Amino acid sequence: MATPRILEVRTRILKKNDETARAMRQRFDSLGLLVVNLVSSPGTGKTTFLLETLRRLRERGESVAAIVGDLETDNDARRLAESGAPVRQIMTHGLCHLEADMIERELVDWNLADFGYLFIENVGNLVCPTSWDLGEHLRLALLSVTEGEDKPLKYPGLFNTADVAAITKCDLAAACEFDRDLAVANIDSVRPGMTIFETSSKAGTGFDAWLDCLTSRRDALGLPA
Amino acid sequence: MLAVTLRIGRLSCVHEDALRYSFELVRDGTPLADASLTVTPVPVRIWCPACNTEQELPGIQRFACPVCKTRSGDIRAGRELEIESITLDLPAEEPTDGHAPHP
Repeated sequence: MATPRILEVRTRILKKNDETARAMRQRFDSLGLLVVNLVSSPGTGKTTFLLETLRRLRERGESVAAIVGDLETDNDARRLAESGAPVRQIMTHGLCHLEADMIERELVDWNLADFGYLFIENVGNLVCPTSWDLGEHLRLALLSVTEGEDKPLKYPGLFNTADVAAITKCDLAAACEFDRDLAVANIDSVRPGMTIFETSSKAGTGFDAWLDCLTSRRDALGLPA
Repeated sequence: MLAVTLRIGRLSCVHEDALRYSFELVRDGTPLADASLTVTPVPVRIWCPACNTEQELPGIQRFACPVCKTRSGDIRAGRELEIESITLDLPAEEPTDGHAPHP
């Protein structure tokens, strides 16, 4: 006679991704390589922000690389390559976020010891990238002044998992009647105390503080063993 | 397999209706074909340093203690996306120690 048995499993559904991400993070740690995951909705200006970041880090003599995810086209990789940094494009062909094993595959023939910073520009999406750890040290959530101040309240999950935030396109703030204090308060509501960088990739404002943050985070990793 | 129980945190970005829809699509032809799905929602709990205790949040737009309003991003629950248990239809075993098998 058969009897129902309840087995306590207590297994994370994304366990495989989390394990891959953790192993990669350990590898990045041992190399002193700071890895940053950029998340935002489409059109926030992630690529322009990242291009400016890559350029400025290279001007400071840092060695940088980037991986960018999109559903289709390698347009963003070609734009980012203008910085002179090595860049790889992942085309997800419909998948709305990047996963740890996709990053792991891209890293196979890169000598990571050559780099101090690796940036991962996620697929533009404020929902799904939230749950997927890519092995990053720092998750940057971006919000542009053209999107509306309440985005953090509409998508609290994503802003809540971020470590730092950037408000982009600040040069357009007046034209958009952007309420800066309200946006900052909304970000702080879903992620109390999070550092927020107010930037304009066109005017070049806000990047010194952002780059200083990156440098100090990398210093905190220590030198490669 | 008779049943699967999942724990889904309010911050996991997983919607129960969408999950059920997908579950019904993918279970055909697998050992889960006749299994029921139970979802245990997990509300967000934060640590309130002022109250010195965990507090449950009524929503996810404001990470502040619902009692004393102190802001806190110290999340203690609500990100879960996990299989809590499965129920198997197993042949009964003879009790070996005088106790009935675990139900």
